[in-house]
Amino acid sequence: MRWLQSSVPAGMNRRHFLQHAAGASALLGSSLALGHSLRVHADEIKRNRKAAILLWMGGGPSTIDLWDLKPGAPTGGPFRPISTSGDVQICEHLPQIAKQMHNLAIVRSMSTREADHNRGRYYLHTGYVPNPNIEHPGIGSVVAHELMRDRDDLEIPPFISIGGASVGPGFLGMAWAPFTVSSTGRIDNLDMRIDDSRLAQRMKTLELLETNFIRQNRGPAAVDHMKVLAKTFNLLTSQQMEAFKVELEPQPIRDRYGDTSFGRGCLMARRLVEVGVPFVEVDLGGWDNHQNVHNTLQNQRLPVLDQAMSALVEDLEQRGLLQDTMIIWMGEFGRTPNINANAGRDHWARSWSVVLGGAGIRGGIAVGATDEEGRQVITEPYSAEDLMATVCKGLGISLETTYQSKNGRPMKIANGGKVIEEVLA
Amino acid sequence: MYDPTFWQRLAVALIALGILGGRGADAADPPEPEIPQVKMINAAITQQWADYGLRPSPVEDDGKWCRRVYLDLIGRIPTYAELDSFLRDRDPRKREKLVDQLLEDSQYTEEFASFWATNWSNLLIGRSGGMDRRSMVSREGMSKYLRDSFAVNKPYDRMVYELVTATGATKPGVEGFNGAANFLIDKVNEEDATLATSATSRIFLGLQVQCTQCHNHPFNQWKQQKFWEFNAFFRQTRALRRFVSGTRDIDYGELVDQDFPGESGRPEEAEIYYEERNGLTRVAFPVFIDGTPIGRSGYVSDVNRRQELAKLMLQSEYLDKMIVNRMWAHFLGYGFTKPIDDLGPHALVSHPQLLDALGKEVRRSSYDLRALMRWITLSKPYQLSSRIGSGNEADDPTIGEVPQFSRFYLRQMSAEQLYQSLLQVGGQARGSLAQQQAERDRWLRQFVVAFGTDEGDEATTFNGSIPQALMMMNGDLVRRAIATDPGSFLYEIAMANAKMPEKVNYLFMAGVARRATADEQKIAGQLLRVRGGKQIEALQDLWWAILNSNEFILIQ
Repeated sequence: MRWLQSSVPAGMNRRHFLQHAAGASALLGSSLALGHSLRVHADEIKRNRKAAILLWMGGGPSTIDLWDLKPGAPTGGPFRPISTSGDVQICEHLPQIAKQMHNLAIVRSMSTREADHNRGRYYLHTGYVPNPNIEHPGIGSVVAHELMRDRDDLEIPPFISIGGASVGPGFLGMAWAPFTVSSTGRIDNLDMRIDDSRLAQRMKTLELLETNFIRQNRGPAAVDHMKVLAKTFNLLTSQQMEAFKVELEPQPIRDRYGDTSFGRGCLMARRLVEVGVPFVEVDLGGWDNHQNVHNTLQNQRLPVLDQAMSALVEDLEQRGLLQDTMIIWMGEFGRTPNINANAGRDHWARSWSVVLGGAGIRGGIAVGATDEEGRQVITEPYSAEDLMATVCKGLGISLETTYQSKNGRPMKIANGGKVIEEVLA
Repeated sequence: MYDPTFWQRLAVALIALGILGGRGADAADPPEPEIPQVKMINAAITQQWADYGLRPSPVEDDGKWCRRVYLDLIGRIPTYAELDSFLRDRDPRKREKLVDQLLEDSQYTEEFASFWATNWSNLLIGRSGGMDRRSMVSREGMSKYLRDSFAVNKPYDRMVYELVTATGATKPGVEGFNGAANFLIDKVNEEDATLATSATSRIFLGLQVQCTQCHNHPFNQWKQQKFWEFNAFFRQTRALRRFVSGTRDIDYGELVDQDFPGESGRPEEAEIYYEERNGLTRVAFPVFIDGTPIGRSGYVSDVNRRQELAKLMLQSEYLDKMIVNRMWAHFLGYGFTKPIDDLGPHALVSHPQLLDALGKEVRRSSYDLRALMRWITLSKPYQLSSRIGSGNEADDPTIGEVPQFSRFYLRQMSAEQLYQSLLQVGGQARGSLAQQQAERDRWLRQFVVAFGTDEGDEATTFNGSIPQALMMMNGDLVRRAIATDPGSFLYEIAMANAKMPEKVNYLFMAGVARRATADEQKIAGQLLRVRGGKQIEALQDLWWAILNSNEFILIQ
């Protein structure tokens, strides 16, 4: 009954005390050995400290107005292209990003088929089209699952989604679900308001109840519940929770990112990557511009994006983190080359752009091209699978990695997509 | 709620529980109810078990079943007293009696109506409906309409007719109030009412047409033309903003039907145009999904398009199948199709004849929703245990298999069910009804995450992930449920004149509808010792653990 000790021994921090006090129980101990991955090359274990930050543009951004302008074409819209620090031109309303383009690459030849928000969001996150019989894991869960094995020092969740819901962990299980926080970084219900020994005693009691119920063999939901409890407990007792507090950053840095939700989210992403979180998603919504697309872009979306994204790239570079941190900018699809009767653009998946940067990416270039009016990709088209394969390659995740879904079906990581070689350094 | 008479009856009750609480050799399975629709369900489901070589799980313990049916019908776990009275009833038909009581007894009407109103509000206007400043939705108005409808068991076809054809103001208390108008109020003004089109066809008919808005669907037979023909039914409808006087803040909305001149200004032939992906422009008039056209006039006095649509919907067998599928999934965790609101010609149906036949029965019963609930809750599959046995391991929809309902599939309570259950076991509601409602809405809102699209897509973090676990461990509601101040649930139990093991059993019954096991009693004893003999503190630790357990949050 060692767990009955009621005071923290000298020289032991709270976290160690709790684990010690409770014995090496499943609930309080390490939760890292979970998941269903079947590793083909299990021997290839090298320490990998890479990370990815996905800037998710919910609603489907008008990439023809940002990254692949068609000045003079009937589809072109009013924006002018400007030169950048790389060998590409981008929209005039992204002047600060223009100065960072030597670190970023545009893929102008994305061509997909899902032009519905939910289907597109699922497809771009998973590399699979929705299938009613199986839930595929999103890229955040996949990257977290693959990079976590080198990070026994990480005590907070390996996949954090800021300001949005991302896509779930699918068959990897709830233990790999995104930990969703708002851009304020305020996390509710962290304070237990009881002392550590009592917390350990309650957890021990809870563990008995959980285990008794799991033994009755009523299905995986009971087991998942216990795994999530273990992760929650880890987080409750971790110093790394400080990473969520953007208010601890010096004012000039906060100003550089901008006083917006997205700006704070990007800054939080950098802090999280610094403590070792392998995957962070930051959401910027409001791109579903069926009406007045150019006004909305110029006055609302682009200033926010320009400031925060340029700050993130610059900051990561200055801290020496950019070479290990991949930045992915994308939405669920692009928008129609035709401008509709409401001065808007509608959903369009056939020809659009994404942007990559950092870890393994060759900056300053544009890969692929669309025709004069942006209606078709005229080079080799790339899919969500290809994009996902490229991200995995850049992060040092083996494309031979294969998962086994719960019904025993082998599922190749990134759905067997082919790497976009030109964009890699 | 704590039952003060309990302690006098405890000794008797525990003896009875020893016999009735477990599944002893004398606990016979309940007899099949004399209800033709139940027999029909049982025959169809049993046949398919045989076809697939499945041996179903045994019938679930009365305690667990009682907890299940309270949660699914009125949205909360039973009180100790309710559970106790069910367990002690020796009538072999007591399950039928309990279902009838929850459906018909006036003491449950309010909870029943409120639970179903909340479910349907989430379905019709989303969990975040009415939260945005630009929204004309009144959550309160939607909720009031639905509560009133479920309280009087309004026939489902009438409810659908009212929702699809509603005109009037969304907010209770203003002139011309019609709560049903909330369903469409935010869906008609933007983007030529495409949201109204997709929501109406999906929710009531199980037809997913939203993809065909832009193109012919790759694997479903609905063509782009059908989408715009369906859409044409909504083009007389406008939502008018009503502002808080002296400001530009939206107060509520008013849904009206206006003459539609058509896109080229000829109201006698009021057409709409849409663009195909190849750039060609095509014309569309209102035509129902089965190919039935209505008059082309845009004048409301000639043709009220939404009323014509609603009449056609009421004739469609998709209406019947959709409500059956929705209700079945509510009680059994999975529908006959996946997703449940996709019944189009391409859909894979697990029990096609049963779905058809139940649809026809619903129509024959004049759309009596309570009757449908009774058929399902008294059917064989709903009686089964959630334990997986060697004879039905293969029946596992979590790995993508088609559900055969050979056991009750474990599922998590909804946020709404959890809230009401926590109130029930100690976190008492405070203030007036309106204040309670507002507090509940505020609490529920913490889990909603919007996706930032114009379609108002949303997700919930009440999905078994870390924020939910944190809320259960440390949140205010649980904190209130485990409070120990005088008058609280735990205080009353701690003060009662009974031994610790009996109190421990009481907590397990109140929380998870069973008595404590030997090792659970033992750990409770250890808690009592480390708390220095302070019983109330030990009970608090134990109660915290019960409320945080998988067994509590899961419907079994």
